Amino acid sequence: MAKVRGAVVVEKEGCKGCSLCVEACPQGVLALNKEVNSRGYHYSYMKNPDDCIGCSNCGMVCPDTCITIYRVKI
Amino acid sequence: MDIKDIIKPENLVYDKSKLQIDTIMHYCPGCTHGVVHKILAEVIDEMGIQERTIGVSPVGCAVFAYNYIDIDWQQAAHGRAPAVATGIARTNPDKIVFTYQGDGDLASIGAAEILHACNRGENMVVIFINNAIYGMTGGQMAPTTLLGQRTSTSPGGRNVELNGHPLKITEMIAMLPGVHYVTRQSAHTASTVRKCKKAIRKAFENVMAKKGTSFIEVVSTCNSGWKMTPVGANTWMEENMFPVYVPGELKDNDKQVPSEKN
Amino acid sequence: MGELRLMKGNEVLAEAAIRCGCDGYFGYPITPQSEVMETLMELQPWETTGMVVLQAESEVASINMVYGAAATGKKVMTSSSSPGVSLMMEGISYIAGAELPCLVVNVQRGGPGLGTIQPSQADYNQAVKGGGHGDYRLITLAPASVQEMHDFVDLAFNLAFKYRNPAMILTDGALGQMMEKVELADFKPRWTREEIQEISGSWATTGKTASRERNVVTSLEMDPGKMEQNNLRFQEKFKAIQENEVRYETFMCEDAEYVLVAFGTSSRICQKAIELGRAKGIKVGLLRPITLWPFPSEVIASMTCRVKGFLSVEMSAGQMVDDVKLAVFNSGCTVPVEYFGRMGGILPSPNEVIEALESKLINR
Repeated sequence: MAKVRGAVVVEKEGCKGCSLCVEACPQGVLALNKEVNSRGYHYSYMKNPDDCIGCSNCGMVCPDTCITIYRVKI
Repeated sequence: MDIKDIIKPENLVYDKSKLQIDTIMHYCPGCTHGVVHKILAEVIDEMGIQERTIGVSPVGCAVFAYNYIDIDWQQAAHGRAPAVATGIARTNPDKIVFTYQGDGDLASIGAAEILHACNRGENMVVIFINNAIYGMTGGQMAPTTLLGQRTSTSPGGRNVELNGHPLKITEMIAMLPGVHYVTRQSAHTASTVRKCKKAIRKAFENVMAKKGTSFIEVVSTCNSGWKMTPVGANTWMEENMFPVYVPGELKDNDKQVPSEKN
Repeated sequence: MGELRLMKGNEVLAEAAIRCGCDGYFGYPITPQSEVMETLMELQPWETTGMVVLQAESEVASINMVYGAAATGKKVMTSSSSPGVSLMMEGISYIAGAELPCLVVNVQRGGPGLGTIQPSQADYNQAVKGGGHGDYRLITLAPASVQEMHDFVDLAFNLAFKYRNPAMILTDGALGQMMEKVELADFKPRWTREEIQEISGSWATTGKTASRERNVVTSLEMDPGKMEQNNLRFQEKFKAIQENEVRYETFMCEDAEYVLVAFGTSSRICQKAIELGRAKGIKVGLLRPITLWPFPSEVIASMTCRVKGFLSVEMSAGQMVDDVKLAVFNSGCTVPVEYFGRMGGILPSPNEVIEALESKLINR
């Protein structure tokens, strides 16, 4: 069975830390960073990158369109 | 497999539409406007209608919609977007016109304009963002504010005797013969975003086919105005807004038979 | 010579709009100007020139339809009468703020409030001093005949496009309902897509192409510094209009000791009054402002040092008289400026005008 791996790139400065992507992720990949970006937001990042399946749910719900998603079959 | 091997152009599956202008939106964290703007940019881009599309932005938080999607825009006075769009559409029948309006704009001050534009069946798309509150002015009661809902002008909760009932204007619109397509969507989960995009695409296709007015309500959150977290606002919306503003199709003339809700 | 016809002022507004290549009319019925839209609906220009005519749900909607169409570079207009024009003030302010060209016709009736359906000139201040909010000006033309009702439609559009500013024809119920001989202009074709692109392509929402930035029509600017710059730019434009577009007519002013100042219907009454006055040996003339804004202040100033007084004759409680006083004040010479007028839909009679001239100026 083909396994799918994904990766999420969050544009750090565009993220407002709303955490809708964290909530939307079925794999528990994303979390809000303890660090803040230059505007003071705890930006989203891949806490568990190995679990990402590139489903794009996080990108869909992101109001700030700061998520880019990659996916590959392995 | 290393992350670097996944993040390659050939593996790209989701990215910002090229019609979405590369700038940080002024909206609060978690605001539904951002999601709907993104959908609009994607639909206009995918349909290849940038040169034919003219957007009309309202008064309210979305007044600056013109800063985010790379098309020609007009900014309308509060509530008047449907009249402005009528002027554009009537004198430019080759253009694809949409209005983008909030609940204060569309259902309160602009109630006359939206009803009459829809009743004339103006060939345009209406995107109606219903978050049951005036966001831009600081969280006042809107015509769609729920009974009991606290706002800065209904601090004890909306009360029927004082404020009347929440206005289900989308149901009213669906009754008008001139309107071709009426649907109520949300955009708070991946699946609802996908459905909402499908509905918006259909609406634009309807206008291209000159079928008259297509009206899309997006039940939305205003977590700042509601004084909740973005995630908490989504839950509150599902629990409190959806029973009153029930998502689903209200009318589709393509299917000949109007749905039961109409 | 163009086609001659006997027509009502309101009807000729419609005819002139079609003939000058107007792209659209949006209106709402109100007495005494309903014949404008009725005539258009009868003539069905959408079948001939392609001009769009639409009855809106209100004056609020009609002016916003004008805004929408004007922003695409189209030549569009609306018409109404006083209470309806009050409803349009929001839209007119937005149109001025967004720097869009359009034509608004006000066939005035008496106010305030619902007032009367009889003619009046009491919307003078509303037209020339603002009416809507913010620092803006309306290019305001005051016809005094059915012929001018016709001619000023094309003129108003030309000025509106030249300066990207709304223009108003400020007329009244008497001229709207009056029938006179009129020479009609030949039909001018509506602008083509290419012509619109050439005339207004730099700002109009004609659809964003790869070759240009997106055009955004808005009156909003959150940065106060930029908003002040916008206002300064508007003021420069208004100054240019004041310098270049003042229009007026004088009648028997060469030897006049007293000058009546009147526009539109009251200027016609004044012409008769001058005949009566001259018969009595009074050297009286008439200055008729054709543009109420920009106001012919300089011509008044130039007369000030050689006349004995001005009488502003109006169908209002005295509005234009303030502008006459300002013009006199700025001239350096001091002569009395008085007002005479009737209100509520009553026209001043020529005799009353001469009596007022005698009592207020000659025998003061």
